[in-house]
Amino acid sequence: MPQPDTEAIAEQVFIALADPSRRSILAALASGGPATATDLADRLPITRQAIAKHLALLAEAGLVTAEPGERRRVRYRVRSAPMQVAQQFLAALARDWDGTLDALKGHLDQQLTEPTRTGESQ
Amino acid sequence: MAFPDRIERTVEIAHPPAKVWAALTTAEGLSAWFGNQADIDLRPGGAASMKWDGGHTADMRVERVEEPTVFGFTWHIYGLPDDDPRRTYVEFTLEPAGAGTRLTVVESGFAQLADDAYSKAYGGNSEGWASELGELVSYLDAAA
Repeated sequence: MPQPDTEAIAEQVFIALADPSRRSILAALASGGPATATDLADRLPITRQAIAKHLALLAEAGLVTAEPGERRRVRYRVRSAPMQVAQQFLAALARDWDGTLDALKGHLDQQLTEPTRTGESQ
Repeated sequence: MAFPDRIERTVEIAHPPAKVWAALTTAEGLSAWFGNQADIDLRPGGAASMKWDGGHTADMRVERVEEPTVFGFTWHIYGLPDDDPRRTYVEFTLEPAGAGTRLTVVESGFAQLADDAYSKAYGGNSEGWASELGELVSYLDAAA
């Protein structure tokens, strides 16, 4: 069963996002595309050493992937697949059936007080 | 504890099932309380859609129509890419309760995983905009 693995993947994503430095590194890679640790150090208020450490951790967790660039500079890019697994968990939390059903009740109550609104003849 | 695969709610509504059914299954009803605009082809396999003023849209596929007791449809999982085949199934069940209706909604399928998602999530293949743009370049090169 893939279920426990799904949980493990989502957990890695949420652990990564819980740290503000890793969150800003992932945000920078998502918005600006693949970048080296040096590129990221120029753009973020984080030391290059700390960025390298976080990137290694993110790569270990499978959330970014390292790709060799020109002059042996390693560029990192976000891997979208684990994010999509985490997104699925969030989708259940984000679905607002309570609010939606309240809206349905409100609509039906309003219809009752304004019986001509729907154009029904009595 | 796992994240939910399934969401279930039951509410008591002080209106008869026929009224609730119309609110759930007609474009006029849906656009009054759910979306800001709605279209629906009310038959199994029929298409339905809703639009919100914020620009969000939902495309649904009608699955079950058993007037006035069961209405089911599938729709896209919000936040996943548009081409992702996974969809959740939403089923409304209407039961008479006195002069009103007991309405149950069940949405299931949040925890489903496409066959390749596990290997994609752990595997080494890269994807995303860089590869999409690579495909666009190949397509344009081939067409030239």
